[in-house]
Amino acid sequence: MLFSVQVEVSLREGVADPQGATIERSLPHLGFDGVRGVRVGKSIRFDIDATDEAAARAEVDDLCQRFLTNPVIEDATVSLTAVDASGAGR
Amino acid sequence: MAPRVGVVQFPGSNCELDVIEAVRLLGGDAEILWHADATVSGVDAVVVPGGFAHGDYLRPGAIARFSPVMGAVVDFAAAGGPVLGICNGFQVLTEAGLLPGALQKNRGLKFLCTTVELRVESTASVLTSAAQSGAVLRVPINHFEGNYTCSPEVLAELRSEERVVLRYVDNPNGSVDDIAGITNAGRNVVGLMPHPERASNPLLGSEDGLVLLRSFLGAATPVAR
Repeated sequence: MLFSVQVEVSLREGVADPQGATIERSLPHLGFDGVRGVRVGKSIRFDIDATDEAAARAEVDDLCQRFLTNPVIEDATVSLTAVDASGAGR
Repeated sequence: MAPRVGVVQFPGSNCELDVIEAVRLLGGDAEILWHADATVSGVDAVVVPGGFAHGDYLRPGAIARFSPVMGAVVDFAAAGGPVLGICNGFQVLTEAGLLPGALQKNRGLKFLCTTVELRVESTASVLTSAAQSGAVLRVPINHFEGNYTCSPEVLAELRSEERVVLRYVDNPNGSVDDIAGITNAGRNVVGLMPHPERASNPLLGSEDGLVLLRSFLGAATPVAR
């Protein structure tokens, strides 16, 4: 089975995010006054072949732990969708 | 016989020749270790130099740690061999698990290119053994992601075991506890953000880096292992 995967990498709670802080500070200059808690992360998308969803998730979790994130400072949130023959779900 | 120092070259390294120049100035032999070769070629010490290994894609050091040479560097370190990571090399060593913690974007989000003062906090490491404890050294920094961070538990361990070997006198990048350089539990692996090889000649504005590199060369003998 083919699965479409989106990994959102974000800084762990409590880890300072100077990019997010800088964006937040600049927003009032553009007239956006109500924005709080800006955090910057990155999004990584790929497809993966696996026997079932549990196997796909286990492999993606391992991939995140060993490569896509630095667990000292980052967390990953994984979204996973089955892709059918027509490509729907991607 | 002069100690043989291997300097790792990744695609995107840019300080390897400066390190080789400084090592030769101190009477050592130096050679390039190409990242795709899974060996350290029998050298007596390894330097992972500064630059932007593999373009710093994903995170600095994240891809470099999987280069074939790094397996050999990890084995070399485990056998007690002296390993030094400078700037991007420090980032690579943390990603490879040879040193704890991580390096984040500088507080203030500025790329820093300047000369800073470092205080020698511990002489019990391969990089600081010839220095005087408490001495202040002027050494250049050149980085965007040099803001050292680690868990409170790791910080407590680094402090209690005196594994913070160098601290900034005036913290430029937000590093926790003013940390500029640390060593591993075996004290044979050191990582630091400043560039001692760029403080190796009065023409460069300082030669304070030489005492650090001299310490490292002193550890780089087969006898010492």
